[in-house]
Amino acid sequence: MTIAVNPSQTGEPVFYLADEHPHPEGYSTSLGFWIYLMSDCLIFAILFATYGVLGGNYAAGPAPKDLFDLNLVAVNTSMLLLSSITYGFAMLTMQQNKVAQTQIWLAITGLFGLAFIGIELTEFAHMIHEGATPQRSAFLSAFFTLVGTHGLHVTCGLIWLVTLMVQVGKFGLIEANRRRLMCLSMFWHFLDVVWIGVFTFVYLLGVLR
Amino acid sequence: MSPDLLKLIFGRLGLESLPLHEPIVVGTFVVVALGGAALLGGLTYFRLWGYLWREWFTTVDHKRIGIMYMILGIVMLLRGFADALMMRGQQMLAFGGSEGYLNAHHYDQVFTAHGVIMIFFVAMPLVTGLMNYVVPLQIGARDVSFPFLNNFSFWMTVGGAVLVMASLFIGEFARTGWLAYPPLSNIGYSPDVGVDYYIWALQVAGVGTTLSGINLICTIVKLRCPGMTMMKMPVFTWTSLCTNVLIVASFPVLTVVLALLSLDRYVGTNFFTNDFGGSPMMYVNLIWIWGHPEVYILVLPAFGIFSEVTSTFSGKRLFGYTSMVYATVVITILSYLVWLHHFFTMGSGASVNSFFGITTMIISIPTGAKMFNWLFTMYRGRIRYELPMMWTIAFMLTFVIGGMTGVLLAVPPADFVLHNSLFLIAHFHNVIIGGVVFGAFAGINYWFPKAFGFKLDPFWGKMSFWFWVTGFYLAFMPLYVLGLMGVTRRLRVFDDPSLQIWFVIAAIGAVFVFIGILSMLMQFAVSLLKREQLKDVTGDPWDARTLEWATSSPPPDYNFAFTPVVHDNDAWWDMKRRGYQRPLTGFKPIHMPSSTGTGIILAGFATAMGFALVWYMWWLAAVSFIAMLAVGIGHTFNYHRDFDIPAEDVIRTEDARTKLLAGAK
Repeated sequence: MTIAVNPSQTGEPVFYLADEHPHPEGYSTSLGFWIYLMSDCLIFAILFATYGVLGGNYAAGPAPKDLFDLNLVAVNTSMLLLSSITYGFAMLTMQQNKVAQTQIWLAITGLFGLAFIGIELTEFAHMIHEGATPQRSAFLSAFFTLVGTHGLHVTCGLIWLVTLMVQVGKFGLIEANRRRLMCLSMFWHFLDVVWIGVFTFVYLLGVLR
Repeated sequence: MSPDLLKLIFGRLGLESLPLHEPIVVGTFVVVALGGAALLGGLTYFRLWGYLWREWFTTVDHKRIGIMYMILGIVMLLRGFADALMMRGQQMLAFGGSEGYLNAHHYDQVFTAHGVIMIFFVAMPLVTGLMNYVVPLQIGARDVSFPFLNNFSFWMTVGGAVLVMASLFIGEFARTGWLAYPPLSNIGYSPDVGVDYYIWALQVAGVGTTLSGINLICTIVKLRCPGMTMMKMPVFTWTSLCTNVLIVASFPVLTVVLALLSLDRYVGTNFFTNDFGGSPMMYVNLIWIWGHPEVYILVLPAFGIFSEVTSTFSGKRLFGYTSMVYATVVITILSYLVWLHHFFTMGSGASVNSFFGITTMIISIPTGAKMFNWLFTMYRGRIRYELPMMWTIAFMLTFVIGGMTGVLLAVPPADFVLHNSLFLIAHFHNVIIGGVVFGAFAGINYWFPKAFGFKLDPFWGKMSFWFWVTGFYLAFMPLYVLGLMGVTRRLRVFDDPSLQIWFVIAAIGAVFVFIGILSMLMQFAVSLLKREQLKDVTGDPWDARTLEWATSSPPPDYNFAFTPVVHDNDAWWDMKRRGYQRPLTGFKPIHMPSSTGTGIILAGFATAMGFALVWYMWWLAAVSFIAMLAVGIGHTFNYHRDFDIPAEDVIRTEDARTKLLAGAK
């Protein structure tokens, strides 16, 4: 679409490109991935809305105040935020074409991600142990589903991260791998943004009310 | 084997799950099994499996995928329509103490399956198929943005259809109505597998639909040929763009709401339960936030088809192109602001109901503008009454009636009387059949010669047209009457004998439509036999206006030997008027995506996983899931996904066309 459409020298209108260059590989990928992220964002939007509607229905069961340990959540949040920073470093080293450093930063990102999942699972296990199961009330159903869906996304991100590390190790920082790292980067930061929503609306507001 | 082991392997599935006590189902099964065996035997006998696998199942060519979508839609139409005939028969007979011939258990499945199949596996594939086939050609592209994803999306849609069909013979389908409202669809009231089949069929197909939406948006935004600015896109491409935006912005809602319902059913959460703080009305709100955009997903492409057809067969530029585009965009946005009109009776209060009543009425304004645009396009045009144009005129008459009853239903006090009545049933069939189905038929008749190189037979086409149109009016006008008299939907038996005559008329209408469908199948068969007489070598049998008619019929794999450059809304019309000469030399190799079997394999595992989850076969679900993951990741290790069509092949194809064109003169 950026190609200029000029009449040829003879003044006849041009109806086709005699010398055409195919679209480069991955020409639509970033747009496509953005649209996918927005559709995923809608999934979270609906889960937030559901939590907003049902989040106060404790059914005479435990309320956020009784359950949430803000210190633990703060540690957990910092894990995820740090992982986003380290992913940023991975992208910077990727720009400089340094394979080893990129791999190291990716690995550190993965470890932070694992820590996040680990802490989240501990929190879930603790709540369930106390009888605050997803079945206990609509509030808890909505809570576990919203936070759990985010956790599931992070887990998918981890599997993807490992796959990409293998591919970078095998094929180097070729164009296709850079594109893939870029997509995962968007995915990872997107999950960070969603988590800030979770942290604010679920945990902080939950303890306040 | 011990019962525990059997339970571990087969979950809930046992011999008693097979509906052997239902003679109608057994009879259907025998017929389907014999037909299926004949088909499979035939394919094996003629050694077609290799051909089908290489050329069709694994293809990433948007044209072939489009055709496969159409075949899926037409096959499922037969199933969905069989359900319709059964309902009409039941309601016609069940008077004066008669119970009819369907028991309640079966009848409830029939009306649920009818709705689910017609929307998800007939209307959606027909619409998606046409978009897939036509859009890349209209914008002068070689394929869609993500060709592999396109193949995968198609097979996921097939996977959903397979699950629905499996429910007919293995277990049962939901008995909840097509949107499966809780608490009825919760485990307490629907403990059997019906709702689970519903959930997993829609989840599997829904993934395909969402991905295909993303794919087509990218295609339209990124792959338009030089010169085609947004306001030079054909109207069908515009409506496709808006439809796919709607798909991406609404199907995730369906995904979530079904996931929450499955959590309620499988894990015992309390989203939509009556107790522990759950709210069934939350489900109704959420599913209609998807559901209302869905009806526009279906009808917008149909509007696009009618626009193309009207302007082609009136021999005129489309009247009010800009207003058509804005009307489409306004409908796209407004479609998110009307969902509550599906349940005014929920009791949201007068102010909420008024808001949604008013937005609903407002949405008829851009739709009305479109109607006038088509009329003004026809005004002083040299109208050719070919089949696509006939369907378009039938649409205009029918859709206006459906639209007016819709505006009537948008008035909340009127809706309190007519809610869930046959008036509503008549209304939405009026707009879906009159809009989407007629649109799909107009599109099939219009683009068939592009896809296959010969026109469809007009005699059987006209037979189909007249039987469909008269059948539609006979079948649904009585339902308006019955609805106004207060008859509610989904009833199996009736007490008041004075109502019977209306149901008899409706049943006769259904038979007319059945003849219409048979005529259409006949039309395909006859056209295939008479393909030499109906042949079109020009690639432009209708003297049409948009770019898809600039290439041969059927188009070569690469669509256009050279990427076109457009200067006008009606690009091909402009080329014809300004003496475009088809290039005969200078061909170069063309870069194209390669076929892959990954899509069908992944979708196969997804379907197996759905089936396993329906029947609680946890091991099979886990195995299928891991297999899916492995195949998916394995696919990403393949970095060579495209190839070059050598210049010699392009020259050979184009030279053959040159000879054909010379012979035609």
